[in-house]
Amino acid sequence: MKVALFIPCYVDQFYPQVGMATVKLLDHFGVQHEFPKAQTCCGQPMANSGCMPEARPLALKYVDVFKGYDYIVAPSGSCVSMVRNHYESFFTEEDHAANEVRKRTYELSEFLVNVLNVTEIKGRFESTVGIHQSCHGLRELRLGPSSETMKPRKSLMANLLASIDGISFSKLQRIDECCGFGGTFAVAEEAVSCMMGEDRVNDHLAAGTKVLTAGDMSCLMHLEGIIRRRKHDIKVMHFAEILAEALTSPVAV
Amino acid sequence: MTATTRETVLANLRAALPESSPLPELPTSGPWQTFEDPFVRFCEVLDSVGGTCCRVKSLSDAHQQLLSIDEWNSAKVRVSAVNGVGDPTVDLNSIDDPHDLENVDYAVLHGHFGVAENGAIWVTDDTVKYRVLYFIPQRLVIVMPSQIVHNMHEAYGRITIGEHAFAGFISGPSKTADIEQSLVIGAHGARSLIVFAVDDLA
Amino acid sequence: MSHPTLAQDFVDNKPRAQWHDKALWFVREKRDRMAASVPEWEDLRSHASAIKMHTMSQLPTYLEMFEAKAKALGVHVHWAADGDEHNRIIHDILQKHNAKKVVKSKSMLTEECHLNPFLEKNGYEVVDTDLGERIVQLREETPSHIVLPAIHIKKEEVGECFHKHLGTEKGASDPKYLTEAARGHLRERFCSADAGITGVNFAIAETGGFVVCTNEGNADLGVSLPKLHIACMGLEKVIPRASDLAVFLRLLARSATGQPITTYSSHFHGPREGSELHIILVDNGRSGILAKPEFRRSLGCIRCGACMNTCPVYRRSGGHSYESTVPGPIGSILTPLRTPEQHSTLPFACTLCGSCTDVCPVKIDLHHQLLAMRGFLDRKKLLGMSKKMSMKFLSGLLSSTWMFTTAGSAARTALRWMPRFAIYNPLNGWGKQRELPEPPKKSFREQYADNNKNSGRPS
Ligand code: SF4
Repeated sequence: MKVALFIPCYVDQFYPQVGMATVKLLDHFGVQHEFPKAQTCCGQPMANSGCMPEARPLALKYVDVFKGYDYIVAPSGSCVSMVRNHYESFFTEEDHAANEVRKRTYELSEFLVNVLNVTEIKGRFESTVGIHQSCHGLRELRLGPSSETMKPRKSLMANLLASIDGISFSKLQRIDECCGFGGTFAVAEEAVSCMMGEDRVNDHLAAGTKVLTAGDMSCLMHLEGIIRRRKHDIKVMHFAEILAEALTSPVAV
Repeated sequence: MTATTRETVLANLRAALPESSPLPELPTSGPWQTFEDPFVRFCEVLDSVGGTCCRVKSLSDAHQQLLSIDEWNSAKVRVSAVNGVGDPTVDLNSIDDPHDLENVDYAVLHGHFGVAENGAIWVTDDTVKYRVLYFIPQRLVIVMPSQIVHNMHEAYGRITIGEHAFAGFISGPSKTADIEQSLVIGAHGARSLIVFAVDDLA
Repeated sequence: MSHPTLAQDFVDNKPRAQWHDKALWFVREKRDRMAASVPEWEDLRSHASAIKMHTMSQLPTYLEMFEAKAKALGVHVHWAADGDEHNRIIHDILQKHNAKKVVKSKSMLTEECHLNPFLEKNGYEVVDTDLGERIVQLREETPSHIVLPAIHIKKEEVGECFHKHLGTEKGASDPKYLTEAARGHLRERFCSADAGITGVNFAIAETGGFVVCTNEGNADLGVSLPKLHIACMGLEKVIPRASDLAVFLRLLARSATGQPITTYSSHFHGPREGSELHIILVDNGRSGILAKPEFRRSLGCIRCGACMNTCPVYRRSGGHSYESTVPGPIGSILTPLRTPEQHSTLPFACTLCGSCTDVCPVKIDLHHQLLAMRGFLDRKKLLGMSKKMSMKFLSGLLSSTWMFTTAGSAARTALRWMPRFAIYNPLNGWGKQRELPEPPKKSFREQYADNNKNSGRPS
């Protein structure tokens, strides 16, 4: 199995520990991996701004960098959704190579559960964890049930976390409301963006969250920015970091 | 002028049509929600939307029950379109202009059946001289056979739409929540709704 | 003005913005409970979507069928290409009947056509009879929500308004008392009206009739007394069969307000004895939307307002920040399609969270359309220079791996060494209320290479 790591551009530069946690998890489950060094960005910032001509070269680059791998794994639902669901306008149905790459791009929890059939993480993590359901993972990739739809679906990330010893979860008032990051929205609509983030943080504070986690660092960058500015006592970790850390504290026998 | 607009609009639409897609079959029963006891469900839902349902054996039982309601007895202007139910103070046949119904306090009208899933009652204008009576009285009584269908699909399965200039579903008394989302019963229409479900009629 | 500016104003009054958010979230939660009580909820949504898509694909046929059936029932059917023509038609009908006093129930279409100011200018008395609409009318405002027109107004403000216009007690703010006052005030209008105007929720092609849904009973009161009923509908309101109503009536009120059905679901087929019924079929841009494949599904909207209630941005910026008859997610598609220049910020008042898409009873892919709308504006060169230039720059930078890693490392170094006041300057929109990430010394790609070196793996 030839696996490539796709580490989103801002994670590469600002949250290397999330990439390293992903590496640890893949190592633990015996997956050989590579990091194709030419990778940069999937093009989401441009595409979400409506600038499709500007996003195009990055989509072409992505496909070029990642062709030939069996799986491409990323610790980000948002970037995976961009590749899988929003590359349509750049490729035709005949672009088999491109469409293969798109199909083979997986979000981390999806890869662990649906490809590697991981059902539990044998390890310990003692804290009250608050789960932030990042929207694109939830409503684009369907990595869990959205509160609007009346279909039972399991949240892959929540299931993995729940299998860890010693972990408990805070109970939120609004289980999957958007954090307000939204890419350029965070700056273009700064007032609403920050109010949304503040509301999420307050929900977690009231629910007793000690560690705030999510599948996307972009949401967490925004929420952490607010938490740190307000000096709240909440630690922010990508779920890959929690899983990786749990593995280093094995369950007592 | 209008004719040309019609032609232009239709031509514009024709030029813009998407690929045809199928119209889903909607059976009147089968895949839809049903209830163990539709009558009980009907009463519960009607209650939750501010109405009350009384099941009675006969029209005369409905009549007796109605006469035991204080608001009915104290109402000044009472009308009834249901023979044998209520002691009206005004004869509907004597009214020539619906505006004269402005001061009706209480009206007794016909309904056809109820819908369990939403507490609605099907009413039609052939059972009453002025349809405004469903909306203008301060309080409303609907007398109907104790027949309840499970859901709206079943409901539409048993009625013929288009037979009446006016027909409709009524679910509870009139209400609004337009001021700070506080529910107030009695917006423009009836302030209360009592439904007599009559077994003998069923 | 732009959405961000008006939204900023709204958020500046934090307690009020929070109150607004909670009021709408409460409605969303009621909707969730109601949706959950129907086991086939998701199937209903799929059916509703399929019925609408099918209808779109044969819209002219169904409209003609509807017209023929309605005429056979004795209805006068009119066609209007735009709002002006719609208003003129109403003016002509009213004139013919010598009708001066008009009562109107809620109709987003007449709002869209700006019927009220038109009629008032022409000397008619127009009274909006839906309580919420009456409140905004008396306050000389527009509705801020399509189902809850006065959701932005506090009861104390309604009290003040009613004190001024209806003579209620000064300082009174009890919703029950105020509703009662409006009931008395509007009864007089109902009883003296010459004509009643309503919207249309659903028009049935196979029968030539239409359905109007209200909770207050105002539409029915408004058209059951006067000798003239005018019903205004957008072309997209037609559905093929009466049995389709089962699907839509099951979805509409549950999605809109969390009720099992509206109090009154009235089916009109032909005029009342001794009176006239007119139906106006209005295009006003709809055929243009049908012609745009990426946006045509927006014509399936049944105006339930659920996408507004769930939208985290709408809840925190208020309906008026959209400066559009239909606000929120669906409005941010429909309005820029008509007036892209004036409304170019609307599709960006959205995080693409997708909650609207999942809540929509007709399964309109709202957030995908909002994304597509951004591309539509780009193609019309309406994104604004600074956005376009920065995206061009970013695209260039990210296309080259070397430039990207160099810039990344420079940014991290700068962030580590720059003094706080230089980073958190007024130009830094991010930093006004948020910290920037703490930059690591080494990027992931550097750490990965180190890791491989240490473990003897090829990097
Ligand atoms: S787009 Fe969907 S959710 Fe929004 S108002 Fe229309 S029908 Fe309702």
